[in-house]
Amino acid sequence: MIELSGLTKRYGDKVAVNNLSFTVRPGIVTGFLGPNGAGKSTTMRMVLGLDHPTAGDVRIDGRHYEELKDPLTYIGALLEAKAWHGGRSAYNHLLCLAQSNGIPAGRVREVLETVGLTAVARKKTKGFSMGMGQRLGIAAALLGDPRILMFDEPVNGLDPEGIHWIRTLMKSLAAQGRTVFVSSHLMSEMALTADHLVVIGQGRLLADTSMADFIARNSRAYVRVRSPQREQLLDVLRAEGVTPVEADDGALEIDGGTSAQIGELAARHRIVLHELSTQQASLEEAFMRLTAESVEYHAHTGQTPAPPPQPQPQPQQAWGEGWRRS
Amino acid sequence: MATTQVLRSEWTKIRSVASTVWTLSLALVVTVALGMLISALSNNEFDNMSERDRLDFDPTFISFAGMSLGQLAMIVFGVLVVSNEYSTGMIRVSLAAVPRRGTFLFSKIAVATGLALAVGLATSFLTFFLGQAMLGDHRASIGDPGVLRAVFGGGLYMMLIAMFSMGIAAMLRSPMLSLGILMPFFFLVSNILGNVSATEKVGRYLPDQAGSAILQVVTPIDDDRPYGPWGGLGIMALWVIAAVVGGYLTLRKRDA
Repeated sequence: MIELSGLTKRYGDKVAVNNLSFTVRPGIVTGFLGPNGAGKSTTMRMVLGLDHPTAGDVRIDGRHYEELKDPLTYIGALLEAKAWHGGRSAYNHLLCLAQSNGIPAGRVREVLETVGLTAVARKKTKGFSMGMGQRLGIAAALLGDPRILMFDEPVNGLDPEGIHWIRTLMKSLAAQGRTVFVSSHLMSEMALTADHLVVIGQGRLLADTSMADFIARNSRAYVRVRSPQREQLLDVLRAEGVTPVEADDGALEIDGGTSAQIGELAARHRIVLHELSTQQASLEEAFMRLTAESVEYHAHTGQTPAPPPQPQPQPQQAWGEGWRRS
Repeated sequence: MATTQVLRSEWTKIRSVASTVWTLSLALVVTVALGMLISALSNNEFDNMSERDRLDFDPTFISFAGMSLGQLAMIVFGVLVVSNEYSTGMIRVSLAAVPRRGTFLFSKIAVATGLALAVGLATSFLTFFLGQAMLGDHRASIGDPGVLRAVFGGGLYMMLIAMFSMGIAAMLRSPMLSLGILMPFFFLVSNILGNVSATEKVGRYLPDQAGSAILQVVTPIDDDRPYGPWGGLGIMALWVIAAVVGGYLTLRKRDA
C-alpha cells in the first residue's frame, strides 16, 4: 500500500505536484494517468525518497521510504528506460543491487530468467535494445520479490510483443495480491490494464475512481444522423425537446436517444436520412476533456482545441467498443 | 541496512566496469615509467650539477617524479567512480536500493579508497625500486632515514588525491565538469601557484603542494615551509575531508 497525503513539490515558483492525496491499494493494478508534464514521474520519485517533497508525506506500508530495511524487498520500481552503467553486464547490475539489500545471488538468475534475459546476462548493457533495457529495469524491480511494484511508463518504446508481455505481467502481479502502480499518458493503455484510475493534471488530482466507474461516467453514447433535410430535421427534433449537437461535417449528434427512436421520428415526418448510427465517445476523449484545462504543452497547430462537450466524429470501430464487448 | 551489504555491492560495482582497470593501471604505468625515465636522466646529469643542486639531490623524491602525471589517472578514477552514477542515471536505482545517502556515499568512497590505496602503494614501491635502479651510484636505500616514510607516504598521497576527486565529483555530479576543473588545477594551476614567488605562500597550502611534502627525504636548503612531511599530508587530508563532507551535504540536500 502506498499512501500519499498532501504531497507537494515546488521548483522555484513552479508547482510540479500540488497537494496530492490518494492511496494505492493491493490486489489491483492502479493506473496513474496524466498528460506529459503532469507530475507523474516527480510523484513516483518522491515515493522512492529520491526527490524531497516541499510539503506533505508519502508512506509505504505505513513507513517512510528511508525507514525501510532492505527497501527492494518492499517496493520495486521501474523508473526510466535507462538507469544503469552501460559498461556493466546485466548480471552484475542486478548483482550489485541484490547485494545491497541482502538478496541472494540465485535470485538474480531467477529474475533474469523471468524477463527472458538469461542469454545476454553477461553482455554489456550498452548494446541492449530499448525492449531489452525495459526488461532489465523490470528484472531490477522484481529482484526483491516485493509486495509493491511501481512502473513509470513501462510500455514506452516497446514492440507489441513486449507491450503484451508487460500487461500480462502487471495483471498477474496484482492477481497475486501485490500492489501495482503504473503510470501512463495513454488512456487506451490504462483501459487495458488498470482496475483503478488516478488522473492528475498540472500536479493536481483530477480523478480517483475505479476504471468501471470512469468508463460508465465518461463513455458517452449518442446517435449520429445525416440528412439532406437538415433544417427540417432540426425543427422536428427541437419540437420533441431534443437539442442536437451540430458536428463539423453537417451531421447531427443526439444524446439520450436510441437510433430506433430517431429513425421512427424521421419516418413520421417523412425526412430522408443518409446516415443513422449509434456512436460511442472514446475514453481517450473523456480523458482529454478531463485534462483539457491542465495540459501544459498544447500543440499549437493554429487550431484551438474543440470545446469540451463536442466530440469529434469517431471511426466506427472505436477501441472503447472493443473493450466493452470483451 | 547493514553497511557490509552496501560495501559488498559497491565492490561489485567498482570491479565490474572497465574504467576501474584502465585508470588504475594507467596511474601505475605512467608513474613508474616516467619515474624511471627521470631517474635515469638525473643520474646522467648529476656530474654537471652545481654544488648546491648536489646538496639538494633527493633520489627518493626524483623516483616519484612520475606521480605528477600519474596522479591525473587517479583523479580520473576518483571522478568516474562517483560521477558515473549520475551520468548513467544509475544514481536513482542506487538510492532506491540504499536510501540512506550517507551509507551509500561513504561505502562507495571506502571501497574506492581501499582500492586506490592498494594501487597507490604498489605504484609507490615499484616506482621507488625501479627508479633507484636507474639512479646507479646516487641511489637511496629503503633503509635510509625517512625513505620508507616517503615511499609509504607516496601510496597515501595517491589515495588522498583519489578521495579528494571523489568528494569534488559528489559535489559537481558531472564527470566532464569535475575533470575539467580538477585536471588543469592539479596539472597546471597548483604548480604555478606553488612556484611563483608572489603566490607561493598561499600555493603551498593547496592539497597536492602540501601533500607532496611526504615524498621528500632531503629538505631543500632554502625551504621555509611551515610544515613537515606529515604536517603537509595532514593539510592535504583536511582538504579531502572538506571535499567529502561537501559531497555528502550536496547528496543529502539535493534531489537525485
